[in-house]
Parts: sequence; structure tokens; C-alpha cells
Amino acid sequence: MTAAATAEAQRSAAIPEALRDAALAGFVALVLFGSLIGLKTEPQNERLVLVQQWPSAFALAFIVAGGRFLLDVLVWRRGATATGEAWGGYAVALKSALVFFAALGAALTIIPDGRAGFSGLAQSLPIAPAWRDSIATALGLIGVASMGVFTVTAAMLISRAARLALNPKIGDGPRFTPAALTRNLIDELAPALLIIALLLPMLVAGPQQRYAMDTAVQVVTYIMLGWGLNVVVGLAGLLDLGYVAFYAVGAYSYAIIATEFGWSFWVCLPLAGAFAAFFGVVLGFPVLRLRGDYLAIVTLAFGEIIRIVLINWQSFTGGPNGINNVPQLSFFGLPFNRSDEGFHAFFGLEFNSAHRIIFFYYVILALALFTNFVTMRLRRLPIGRAWEALREDEIACRSLGLNTVNIKLSAFAIGAMFAGFAGSFFATRQGFISPESFTFHESALVLAIVVLGGLGSQIGVVIASIALIGASEFFRDLEEYRLIIFGASMVALMTWRPRGLVATRTPSAVLVERKEIASGLVTEGKG
Amino acid sequence: MTTPSILTVERLTMRFGGLVAVNGLSFEARRREITALIGPNGAGKTTVFNCITGFYKPTEGRILLAHNAPEPGAVDALTASAASHGRDLFLLERMAGHDIAAKAKVARTFQNIRLFGGMTVLENLLVAQHNALSAASAFSIAGLLGLKSYREAEAAAMERAVYWLRATNLIARADDAAAELSYGDQRRLEIARAMCTEPVLLCLDEPAAGLNPRESAELNQLLTWIRDEHGLSILLIEHDMGVVMGISDHIVVLDYGRKISDGPPDFVRRDPHVIAAYLGVEEEDVAAVEAEVQA
Repeated sequence: MTAAATAEAQRSAAIPEALRDAALAGFVALVLFGSLIGLKTEPQNERLVLVQQWPSAFALAFIVAGGRFLLDVLVWRRGATATGEAWGGYAVALKSALVFFAALGAALTIIPDGRAGFSGLAQSLPIAPAWRDSIATALGLIGVASMGVFTVTAAMLISRAARLALNPKIGDGPRFTPAALTRNLIDELAPALLIIALLLPMLVAGPQQRYAMDTAVQVVTYIMLGWGLNVVVGLAGLLDLGYVAFYAVGAYSYAIIATEFGWSFWVCLPLAGAFAAFFGVVLGFPVLRLRGDYLAIVTLAFGEIIRIVLINWQSFTGGPNGINNVPQLSFFGLPFNRSDEGFHAFFGLEFNSAHRIIFFYYVILALALFTNFVTMRLRRLPIGRAWEALREDEIACRSLGLNTVNIKLSAFAIGAMFAGFAGSFFATRQGFISPESFTFHESALVLAIVVLGGLGSQIGVVIASIALIGASEFFRDLEEYRLIIFGASMVALMTWRPRGLVATRTPSAVLVERKEIASGLVTEGKG
Repeated sequence: MTTPSILTVERLTMRFGGLVAVNGLSFEARRREITALIGPNGAGKTTVFNCITGFYKPTEGRILLAHNAPEPGAVDALTASAASHGRDLFLLERMAGHDIAAKAKVARTFQNIRLFGGMTVLENLLVAQHNALSAASAFSIAGLLGLKSYREAEAAAMERAVYWLRATNLIARADDAAAELSYGDQRRLEIARAMCTEPVLLCLDEPAAGLNPRESAELNQLLTWIRDEHGLSILLIEHDMGVVMGISDHIVVLDYGRKISDGPPDFVRRDPHVIAAYLGVEEEDVAAVEAEVQA
């Protein structure tokens, strides 16, 4: 048999084999999901009742089988001949999927009431009501996701077009060729996200605006915390599990100063940052000699100590009841309320509770961008390079005359300062703070954002925050399934991108040509 | 007491619990010379280095570094005082590791190369100039604002980095990660990085380990060039006798933490104590063994 005939035979056998394999995977999934999800016990009238949820179990098994079939055909079977081809096929499949979703998103954006009609489609299907609701939810999510893909792609194209228009180096001939517009389009992600962030209140205008902006404020707060923690964990390589302590110090500093002395937010903000930085140094001193796991344990304990002090120091912090009526941020003295001196009256607008949240959004966005600017700048300065050198090799640092004590303390202080800023914003946004808000869970979440994004990567933190905070809001309709999705995506990410989403390091100084450094070469830091 | 030596080690003893790694060692490293510290494995060479560069606190002894020939009586006055250093006299056993590099200007390399692997070659050399750059950036404030004084300091640092990249023949690899370099390149980069701290004494811990003969020869050239061109004093630990005998002006031989020989290469080469230590035989049997070898 010739080689061509063998290849032909393999190809013709591929689809039935893949189908058989997918069916098997589906069966296994059905057995697992059948017992886990298909049958559910619920207490009713003081006794347990068996509730059957077969549609959900079948749907999950079907997703598993379908997913396995697609992976098999698109990735694995192609990989039978050459791995390079397999990834090529994967990239092509991914690209076409993106184009499809972007087109769908464009259509939904243009058609008036597109998304509602799209998810309403399910209601007209002649199927059982239980299935109809799930399909409507799924279609609604697909609609939102496609609109997201469309918006990001459009912003990337706008950014690329602006870059081409402003770049005088490109010679004769047409500038805006499709090839020039789409080559390495992913490089435009950072400016595209910035454009979207600046225009966000306009993009989400409508009945959902308040809810969307609330979520956005939350996401941006976590982005800022992630950027702050990135200094300590990503750059200096010091694993800090008690980062929330500094967030708490910032929040309580603002709340106490503002309620006791009535000082304005903009005066309290640097003070809160300074207090948090001071606590950063206080934590830094005892842990200077600790490394790795030991450092993690002590920082974890420090976070808990701060929280427990906040609970027990009744006279100063209000104990478990927290601090009420923290002064809210006003727009240059104009409060956001229904009074005649309010923001809306001054500008002759109708009162809208979304105004306040939009203003808060821009404040936290400005603070986050300030954090990003400062850390990016510091990275290129001696201190930033010293942090990274410390992560790479502390002993070599000492042999070069670097005072590692000062360098570690400065990393703790700068990271803590940004958490302090974010904390005082949190206090003024909520108007009420209590130790409940500063549990270990928050530290773990911020650390997860930094690690998932890729240690030391600024854009990675943004993507990870959107994915972790935004997506958990996004999947709220799916209730308990969102934890499954969350867990599955974590496993997937850690399998394929063990060093985080953005797994390269950008050098801080360049002689001739900037080359990204593969993460395999970069040390994670031993504490 | 006047001394032409840059480094004077006197009665240095280092104990780890019951183990005596270095026992009453005294030797001198002369200015603008290459002094080699040799000895069989476990003789305590790296321990001596770690004492000199502040990674260990010696149990006993004095390690004196003199940037210039000291005034008569200055050394005794400094030793009697509580201070760790004068203007250009340094008692290294009293100083912290990073101060020895920053103030006393002693630079070192490591037996198992310690580069900042995830950073580029250029960045490695810029980290080495941290103290000068950090002062110019005024605790990062001038740097954050992008002031002219800082930009000038940064340009000067780049220039020095480029100079040493050319000297070590690494200029083409400037923007590559240090971990990507070949073993020989990494060894040279470590020397370039140490030189960027502008040392007066360069301590090299087995710089030729793992190099092929051609690379060893290049290393010899580089080290003699550094000594002659920059007037630097070099202290080196080495097992490669081609390197040691080829470039050393002075050799100190250690065995079991004690000095067994001290002198110019030709003297050390013939010293029966040294041959005995290296061959692992008693001194009395050296003549017999030599005769056997030559037969």
C-alpha cells in the first residue's frame, strides 16, 4: 500500500473513530453527571425528595461529547501527522470562531433589540418549557459574549487604524490594507481595552447601565489591587497572602479620618496610602529573612491579625459593626443626591442614580491607570530592576552591592500603598465598611488574578480580573454551574498556560531590539 | 605598618560547629596582580572567598582591604576603633555583604554561575550599576519624573554596559535573556557584570570551570587585559592549571584549611608540599612518585 493510500485510509477512518470516541466520552460523562446532577435530593416537608434533572445531565454529557469530537477532529487528528500542523489547525479554528462571534455580535449590536430577540428566539421553539429556559439563558450569554468579542475586535481595529494613520514611516501605496490592519492584531489589545474602558458608560447605556457600571467598578478595583500586588509577587517575587490587610488599612484610614475630622477624600487618599505603606514596612521587617512557604504563612497570619484587631478594637474601629456613614465622594463639592445643590441640578440634568456610579467608575479608573503608570515607570528604573533581580537571585544581588533589605521593604511599601488607595476608594464607594469585607478570600482572589494573568504582566492582570470578577457576574444566571465553569477553566488554563495568560516578560531596557523573554527562563521567586 | 598589598588576610579562621574549614590562614594579594588560590577539593577556598566578600562572618582573623597604601599606624588605629572602615581602609570581617561590594568595591563571581537568568544581558549589567543609578534617580523620584540628571546617568550606565559587552564579546547578545547564553558566555557575562560595579578587587570563583580549551585561552586574555588595562587586582580560585600557571603572578595553595605554599608559579609548581597534597601521598613519598611518573 502506498503512503498516499495509507493517508487516505486514515482520513476516511478518522470521522467514525472520532464519533465512536466522542460517544464513549459522552457516555462516561452521562454516568458521572447522571449521579451528580441528574438526580438531586431536596428536603420537602421534613423528608428528602428525589428531584430528577435529566435535561441538564443530558445537556452536559452532550457538551462533553461534542467538545471532544471537535477537539479530536480539529486538533488531535491533525496532530497525528505533525504537531505544528495541529496548532495551525487549532489557531485557524479559533480565528474563524472569533470572526463568527464578532460578526454575530455586530449583527446583534446593529439590529434594534437584537440580543433580546436572539434570546427570545428560544421561547418560540416547540420544546418543553424546562429546556426552553436553559436554551434562552445560553443564547442570551452567547449574545452578550459575541457583542463583547465584536466590541474588542472593533476597538483593536480602531487602534490599529489610528496607529497606521499617525505613523509617518509607512511609504507610498495604500496604508489601510486588510493585511496591515489585521497583522498581529492581538498587539492592539491593551490600547483597545483602554478605549473601551474610557467609553464604557456610553457602551452600556440603557436599562442595564447601573448594574453594568457597578460590575465595572468592581472589576477595575480588582485590576488596581492586582497591579499593586504584582509589584510584590510578580516583580519582587515575594509571595504575599495577606495583601487584603493593606486594603483594610486604607479603607479604615479613610473612614476614620473622614468621619472624625471631616477631611475630604482627596486629602485622605495620600494619607491612607501612606498608612498602608507604613504597615507594609511593618510587615516587611519581620519577614525579611523568610522565604517561600514560610513567607506565605507569615503574610497570611498578618492579614488575619489585622482583621482580628479590626473586629476587637471596638472603640476605634467600631468592631464587627464596622463604620457607618463614611462620607461619600462628591463631584468637586457637588453631592450626588436629589437635593437642589446636587450634581444633576448644577448641570441641569434629570436626577439619575447612575451618575454617581459613573463618576466613581472614572475615579477608580484614574487611580488604576495611575497605579499602572507608576509601576510601569518603576520597572524601568533602578528600583524596579532591583526588584526583578531580587526575584531572580538574591545572593547575586548582595554580591553586586544591592541592599536587599531596602529593596524588599520598598516593594512591600509600594505594593501596600496602592492597596491603601484602593481601600479608601472602596470605603467611599460603599459608605460602610466592616471587617467582613477583608477576609482571606479577598487576598486569595487578588493573588489568583496575578497568578492567572501571568506573574509580572500588567495586561494579564486586566484579562484575569475581567475573567474572574466579570465572568462570575456574567454567569450569575447559571447559578451553581458557574463554579463548575470556573473550576474547569482554571484546570484548562493551568494545563495549557501553566505560567499564566501572558507568559512572557518584556525587558526593561533595550540596546538594539526588544525581544520578549519566554517565561520558562524567568524565575518565579523563592520568597 | 605599610603594605603594598590591596588585600591582607591575617590568621583567618572559620569554624562551622566542630568543622574547621579555614585554620589560621594568612596571605596577601598584591596590587595590580593576579593572585590564585588553589588547593584540592574541600581545601576551604570558597570559604575564604565567602569570608572576604561578606557571605560568612569569620570566626577569627582580620581581612584588611586598602584602596591606597595606608598611612603608618592607620591600620592599627582602625582595628582598635569600633568602625568597620575608614576612607580607603576597610576591615571586611566587620562589614555586611552588600557594603563590601558597594563601599569597599570588592566584586565577585560564583562557582555555580548566578546570573539574573530571566533578565536580558543588558539588564544584568544595569542591575550591577544599581547604586550609582539609584543615587542619580533620587529614590526614584527624579527617575519617575524623567529628569535630565537621571537620563544622563542612565545614558552613562548604558555606555559602561556596552563597553564591557564589547570587552567580553557579548555585544551581539545584549537583548537576549541571560539564561539563553551558552555556558562560556554566561561565565564571561558574570565577569562583565562584576566589572560594571567598578571594583578595585575582583574575586573569581573558578571562572574556567566547564570551559573548553579555546574558551579558557580567551578567558586568560580577558583577565590579563583587565589587570593591565584597568589596573585591577584579581583574586581567583581555579582548578584549571593551564589558567592558573598561565596568568597568575602569585599563587597561594591551601589544603585542609591551611596554607601549604605561597609564591610565584614556578616556585609553587615544584613545591613538594603542593605535589603531595595534589597527588594525595605523604610528603616523604613525593620523590618516589615523581620518579615513577617520569619513568
